[in-house]
Amino acid sequence: MDWRRFGFIALIILILIGVVVLVGGTEVSPIVIVMSMLATTVSVATPLTLGALCGIYCERAGVVNIGIEGMMLASAFFGWFAAIYFNTILGVSAIPSLIIGVVAAILTGGLSGLLHAVLSVTYKVDQIIGGTVINILAIGITGFLNRQLFFEKGSIFGGQVPHAPGVLPRFHIPLLADLPIASIFEQQPIAVSAIVLVLVTHFVLFYMRWGLRTRAVGEHPRAADTVGINVARMRYANVIIGGMIAGLGGAYFTLESVPSFEPLMTNGRGFIALAAMIFGNWLPFGAWASALVFGAAQALQINLQFFREQIPAQWAFLQQAYVVGLVPYLLTMLILTGIIGKTTPPAADGVPYEK
Amino acid sequence: MSTSVEEAAPKTVPILLKRLKPAINAVLVPLLAVFTALVLGALIIVAAGGEPLAAYRGLFEGAFGSAKALSETGVWATPYIFAGLAVALAFKGGLFNIGAEGQLAFGAVAAAWVGYALPDVLGVTLPAVIHIPLAVGAGMLAGAIWGAIPGWLKASMGGHEVINTIMMNYIALNITSFLLNGPMKDPSPLNVVARTPRIAESARISPVFSGFRLHWGFILALIVTGIVWWVLQKTTLGFEIRTAGANPDAARYAGVSVPRTIVVTMMLSGVLAGLAGAIEVTALNYRHELGFSVGYGFDAIAIALLGKTHPLGVVLASLLFGAMRNGATRMQFLTQIPVDVISVIQALILLFVAADAIIRWIYRVRAREERLVLTRGWGG
Repeated sequence: MDWRRFGFIALIILILIGVVVLVGGTEVSPIVIVMSMLATTVSVATPLTLGALCGIYCERAGVVNIGIEGMMLASAFFGWFAAIYFNTILGVSAIPSLIIGVVAAILTGGLSGLLHAVLSVTYKVDQIIGGTVINILAIGITGFLNRQLFFEKGSIFGGQVPHAPGVLPRFHIPLLADLPIASIFEQQPIAVSAIVLVLVTHFVLFYMRWGLRTRAVGEHPRAADTVGINVARMRYANVIIGGMIAGLGGAYFTLESVPSFEPLMTNGRGFIALAAMIFGNWLPFGAWASALVFGAAQALQINLQFFREQIPAQWAFLQQAYVVGLVPYLLTMLILTGIIGKTTPPAADGVPYEK
Repeated sequence: MSTSVEEAAPKTVPILLKRLKPAINAVLVPLLAVFTALVLGALIIVAAGGEPLAAYRGLFEGAFGSAKALSETGVWATPYIFAGLAVALAFKGGLFNIGAEGQLAFGAVAAAWVGYALPDVLGVTLPAVIHIPLAVGAGMLAGAIWGAIPGWLKASMGGHEVINTIMMNYIALNITSFLLNGPMKDPSPLNVVARTPRIAESARISPVFSGFRLHWGFILALIVTGIVWWVLQKTTLGFEIRTAGANPDAARYAGVSVPRTIVVTMMLSGVLAGLAGAIEVTALNYRHELGFSVGYGFDAIAIALLGKTHPLGVVLASLLFGAMRNGATRMQFLTQIPVDVISVIQALILLFVAADAIIRWIYRVRAREERLVLTRGWGG
């Protein structure tokens, strides 16, 4: 990941924060706005970071994964369902139910990773088609179960959406969070674990035997096979690990961000995560930095809501959700055009290995 | 391997059957995939506390049980045929167009605008023979532009069409929401919905039989299917598309401009998807309403794969999907199984069609035809 790229990322984030400061600076102190923007950025970048890490594990092992969106959607649903089930039906208290929900989401992600591995490694299905299958399957299953479990007569919850056990509480890091401007250090557990996982993934990929083998399988599977690495097993393991990380990303939507499930609620975040992975050149820190750009674009939309009165009348239409909402998608397309330099995928990415 | 099988076959096998063999082989795996998905769907229905046989009988009655049901199945199948052809055509060119949804939405918006606003803007009354082609043509143009952009981004800069078309779906959705809630919103006093005004009578495509909703758009879809087949198989352009899809290097050596072909393929794909939206507006809904098309684009992928990207296969797959969507309402009415179960069954069909090795393994069907080349990795 070259410095030009990091410079571009920093510039875009600065511009996005600058826009909010320009709009709301007269009303609220700029420092408060900047800190609020940064805190929101880190928080909403969480599923993008985790999705991108999922992509890194899969693609470093040579398996293209465009099913991240579906993996996160399915995990969001089943994590939420498990949390509610344990809380409402079994009477477990809120925090343990939420933790069970997170575990269920990770398991769901792992299972969807297993499905992707079966399709792409064992049956050698075109991997982009395989990912699309997972996306469509996730939309179908979550839509059906959401209707069947919560809105049909005779369902276990009596035909109505039960009270959710809330969302995961914020960490209060001593000292740091006591600083007056330090809302950025008050994050929820999945957001924190995403950052930890960036560090862990970097370490695993570049300082551990596992990472060396994974990269070998993704760059030159035949050479890896020759020296005794089981290509299929490495690919299975990495795609399942990736799926579990995407599952944690799915848990963000229903257990950390909002305490409810909506059909299609991942809203393209899985695909944006892929773009972050590509722009980050398949590197954990690069992917995280790129995810923060998209986080900032979304934070712009959220923070502009607070200053809607300050926006001049002729610009008011920009503030409407479906106009500001375009920014992340346009950014994705912009950075994928390669105007900030080309990136290089793993050499055997997307190619099934035939012995 | 295939020759040895044919030699071993007794000489008394009628020639007709022998001729049909490739055709039977081509439809065997998709049929088994549909069958397997329906069996798994039955298990889901049992798990949901329903009677699968009763549910499927309701599904069948709703889709084929009466003249009205047949007409409605055709109505449902029409956008599927156009959008399925859009995805299939792109597949032939080695491109994965996940953006049919957005191209369809813009086709619908453009057709609706020409339908309700153009006569006022021009200050003339347009006769139907001019107004209908204008409205449909506007939809095709909008789809063409929205399809050509990701094609151009890929051809000139290597931006992968899968992510770009998905992003453009979301962009189209946002812009459509903006238009239908703002400048293009139906101004009638009772309206609270994000929708356009109704299009003029002169822009409406009429039903085929009076009393039924089945419209000439369905016939047009069948004609367009023939045209797509003809273009792909019998024209230079079709040859270029297929060669660029199957082997870009070979295409380059044969003198085909691969970047140009990519843009043209995506543009034509967009035209077909735009046509789907335009026909829905001019022949069925007579306006564009937000959220009417959610899912057509994704269903179209399943249809293109189920039809093995062959135009005729796309029509058959569209009729099947149309029948399922149409029959689902009656199924829900009779057995209280929510219509959403159809989405699960359709996703399972897609799964088994994509992973045909699973189907071949379950039913011991030998692989005989060559594998379809569909997409390539990030490449760059």
